[in-house]
Amino acid sequence: MKFDEPAGTNPIDQLKVVGRPADRIDGPLKTTGTAPYAHDRHDVVQNQAYGYVVGAAIAKGRIASMNLEAARAAPGVLAIVTADSAGRLDQGERNTARLLGGPEIQHYHQAVALVVAETFEQARDAAHRLKIRYAPAKGRFDLEAARDTATIPEKTGSGDPAETAVGDFEGAFRDSPVQLDQTYRTAYESHSMMEPHASVAAWDADGQLTLWTSNQMIAWTAQDMAKTLRIPRDKVRVMSPYIGGGFGGKLFLRADVLLAALGARAAKRPVKVSLTRALMPNNTTHRPATIQRIRIGAQRDGHITAIAHESWSADLPGGGPETAVLQTRALYAGAHRMTALRLAEHDLPEGNAMRAPGEAPGLAALEIAIDEISEKLGIDPVAFRILNDTQVVPDNPAPPDPDKNSDQTAPEARLDAGRPRRFSQRQLVRCLETGAERFGWKRRRSKPGSVRAGHWLVGMGVAAAFRNNLLTKSAARVRLDRRGRVTVETDMTDIGTGSYTILAQTAAEMMGVPLSQVDVRLGDSSFPASCGSGGQWGGNNSTAGVYAACTQLRRLVAARLGFDADASDLAFSDGEVRTASRSAPLMLATRDGPLEAEDAIEYGDLDERFQQSTFGAHFAEVRVDAYTGEVRVQRQLAVCAAGRILNPKTARSQIIGAMTMGVGAALMESLHVDTGVGFFVNHDLAGYEIPVHADIPHQDAIFLDEVDPMSSPMKAKGVAELGICGAAAAVANAVYNATGVRVRHYPLTLDKLVQNGLAIA
Amino acid sequence: MKSFSYERADSPAAAAAAAARVPGAKFIGGGTNLLDLMKLQIETPAHLIDVNDLGLDEIESTDDGGLRIGAGVRNTDLAADPRVRNDYAVLTRALVSGASGQLRNQATTAGNLLQRTRCPYFYDTNQRCNKRRPGSGCGALAGVSRQHAIVGSSDACIATHPSDMAVALRCLDAKVSTVRSDGTRREIPIEAFHRLPGDTPEREHDLAADELITAVTLPPPVGGTQLYRKVRDRASYAFALVSVAAIVHRDGRAQVALGGVAHKPWRVETAERELARGGDARTTAAALLAGARPTRDNAYKVTLVERTLAAVLAQARESGS
Repeated sequence: MKFDEPAGTNPIDQLKVVGRPADRIDGPLKTTGTAPYAHDRHDVVQNQAYGYVVGAAIAKGRIASMNLEAARAAPGVLAIVTADSAGRLDQGERNTARLLGGPEIQHYHQAVALVVAETFEQARDAAHRLKIRYAPAKGRFDLEAARDTATIPEKTGSGDPAETAVGDFEGAFRDSPVQLDQTYRTAYESHSMMEPHASVAAWDADGQLTLWTSNQMIAWTAQDMAKTLRIPRDKVRVMSPYIGGGFGGKLFLRADVLLAALGARAAKRPVKVSLTRALMPNNTTHRPATIQRIRIGAQRDGHITAIAHESWSADLPGGGPETAVLQTRALYAGAHRMTALRLAEHDLPEGNAMRAPGEAPGLAALEIAIDEISEKLGIDPVAFRILNDTQVVPDNPAPPDPDKNSDQTAPEARLDAGRPRRFSQRQLVRCLETGAERFGWKRRRSKPGSVRAGHWLVGMGVAAAFRNNLLTKSAARVRLDRRGRVTVETDMTDIGTGSYTILAQTAAEMMGVPLSQVDVRLGDSSFPASCGSGGQWGGNNSTAGVYAACTQLRRLVAARLGFDADASDLAFSDGEVRTASRSAPLMLATRDGPLEAEDAIEYGDLDERFQQSTFGAHFAEVRVDAYTGEVRVQRQLAVCAAGRILNPKTARSQIIGAMTMGVGAALMESLHVDTGVGFFVNHDLAGYEIPVHADIPHQDAIFLDEVDPMSSPMKAKGVAELGICGAAAAVANAVYNATGVRVRHYPLTLDKLVQNGLAIA
Repeated sequence: MKSFSYERADSPAAAAAAAARVPGAKFIGGGTNLLDLMKLQIETPAHLIDVNDLGLDEIESTDDGGLRIGAGVRNTDLAADPRVRNDYAVLTRALVSGASGQLRNQATTAGNLLQRTRCPYFYDTNQRCNKRRPGSGCGALAGVSRQHAIVGSSDACIATHPSDMAVALRCLDAKVSTVRSDGTRREIPIEAFHRLPGDTPEREHDLAADELITAVTLPPPVGGTQLYRKVRDRASYAFALVSVAAIVHRDGRAQVALGGVAHKPWRVETAERELARGGDARTTAAALLAGARPTRDNAYKVTLVERTLAAVLAQARESGS
């Protein structure tokens, strides 16, 4: 199904099932511990052996020698895989560093061996007997030092340009009566999802490889596995029906699955591999740290006239930048603008996507800057954001009008002269106003440090939320059987987001059956390829794919039952198919056998004709211990405008989960770099702190009523990541409001407060 | 994990005898720290002697009005004991600020004292660590040291002791009772129990290989306002950046011990004399941290100790001791 015109009225608009807060249909499996996660799949294939991954002990250099004898002789050992013995390997399209290192080492804890044994304990014991000598080389591990070597990146991952410029930023900034020029820093962060990367691999006699794994993107993984092993794509089957969290850390083929496949080949039997927690931060990907310079020039009446956002990050050679400036191209008005991404090379592990890559760290900086310029202007930060709202994309000047000499036209006029690119929906102002009302924003004192409760300093902060809506092809298959049950099959994944449930709701709505009559089967590469889970694109696109398949199935049913499939009053409802003149039970259509249809949603240029984005507002109230600088969040509120909310219950879970991650980014999450040795030191959950329950006392999420006919037939958009975009800055701004100490370097740990003038009394 | 043999002892004497018999043996109580370290092969005992069935899980009043805490008493039970809550509140407060409910259910009194540092360079066997591999150097000294010690450290080691309980015990002047395989018993004052790192950070206490902790004894109640203030980046389930255990009396006398700043619970008599003389948080902290050698990463702890001490003293005043 080609989606190239705005959606009209369609069966989803009935909202009998879609849009309802249905419980997760996979909930009972999860709460009873029976959902089959990768590491638990003892049943899928007999005779599984265990692999233990050995990570490189140096950050850069070479393996000088490997002595495997003692390990080979250890009890239970079946095989040892190293780069020497693995055979010729290619590299996945989406991997920056090789997943099996040696002799060259590209980063700390890069896998250098897999020891396969009868039991996990034997494999681990034997791994400790490997004797590896390294020849370390000098590496580059310090972003601050690498900053001056940064260049304009060739690719940005998102496909957006590395630089944009509109008007004359430097001139307009210079002439602005009120200016802000500050530099902000965000930390390296680790996904720290609950379930570690884990895989079981089995080869059959025909060279068919079957993988049970934990992965967000089934098709990418199958492709990159085939490419890495240099085997045909159709020889690889990937299954990942249940995933204990990913946050972007499981978007790609990783060492667990590749080494399981290599181990199974070497041991000639199925092999199970999971990464230990201590290996994950350095072996897999992370969110890159950033240095961001933001300059804003404003008129005294509060209008932004000039805004610039530059971001520096670093990655291994061949990697990409953290796209922290993207939201600044679209969020606030201002005639003169500039954004730039800069990328340096370093030798820390590879950076990549983590929940709302780009916008999460970008808004963490930008929304402090907005707070700062508001204060300089003496304008309430909610009012300042409303004042600088824009209904057209400000960074996207239309082509010059051919009838005029555009060079002599002021930039504002040029924008007006062309066809400005509008947002499909933009309710930022309503998000801010609704949130301010609900949160009790008017109780906030604009003077920092003016509310005290005992030894606690209390403050409130606000930030805007922004995240683009990404449209991606997504396919599905639906089947109606003789009993009237509907089965949905797609390689879509559910990483805890609620995919099972919203896909079932979509099929139930389309086919006119109750939710309990729908089965959903996910995460299998033998099913039609979906959009997968990432970048908050999963919900809208995968349900639209099921919509497309159900549209085809409805045609088959209509034909079977003698209805005109194009009749305007044809309805599937309450287990019946009917028009004004007649009705028939749905089950009658499958009297002679099940009906099955497959289709995909494919998008035209609606996302080029209209900027499709999601908006929100974050509010936070914190208290800060005046003595110790400990920051504790008291309340958080997010107001979101993100198209139709397919299931308010699962959407709420996504938002408050992301807000929790925002608290982590604001207050504690940071992979500490040993810039001498070259690794992330706190590489386990004792050292890498994420919020615990006691850190999150009260959260609320509000969804504005919105349908977006430009996004898909579902009229939904991505929503999950909106919950983290801006959340950290709201907390940071609340800390400033509480204390009067402005911290521009995340996370806002207490040392940065007590060393920067936090007043006890 | 290295292969090991295992036995379950049924009396303190039998446990000590087993330890004397088998070289490389270790006692195991709750196992919350030892098992993790064994999986990483940082601890590689040849033999484990399970000390959970020794009858050491009682809390008894002593003749002089103090309290004798069996070595096997779980942290949860110790924290909840009414005598502890009433008369040694600093101990209950310290215990419940540590670890998680699940860990406290499992962890024992003796095991808590004997837990090892959480320095990440100690835990990562690829890194230099004089405590794990004497002579290999200290990775933390030139590395990431935000959590590390600022006083009593050496060029060989800047690790901290992670226990909250031990800080309260130091404040309370507890004594550690032990027995050896030959039946020798001794009582070690808590201040002498943990060692400073010096040139031998691998030696964290002076217990002999066959020496078993049987109890921790508290002196008779001393009254006062008893507080434990633990400062950390998140609200729960984190090791102290700085902690202050304090018993503050109406007359201005006080006992103060610090956690999170040294290789052992940190208490300085001159600092307490300073307090008794009417000194404030600044002068007292200066006495507590005399000779401090912070790193760039943990220099904030110097300020934080003073501020946390100020918070505790203010709270004690409010409590009207």
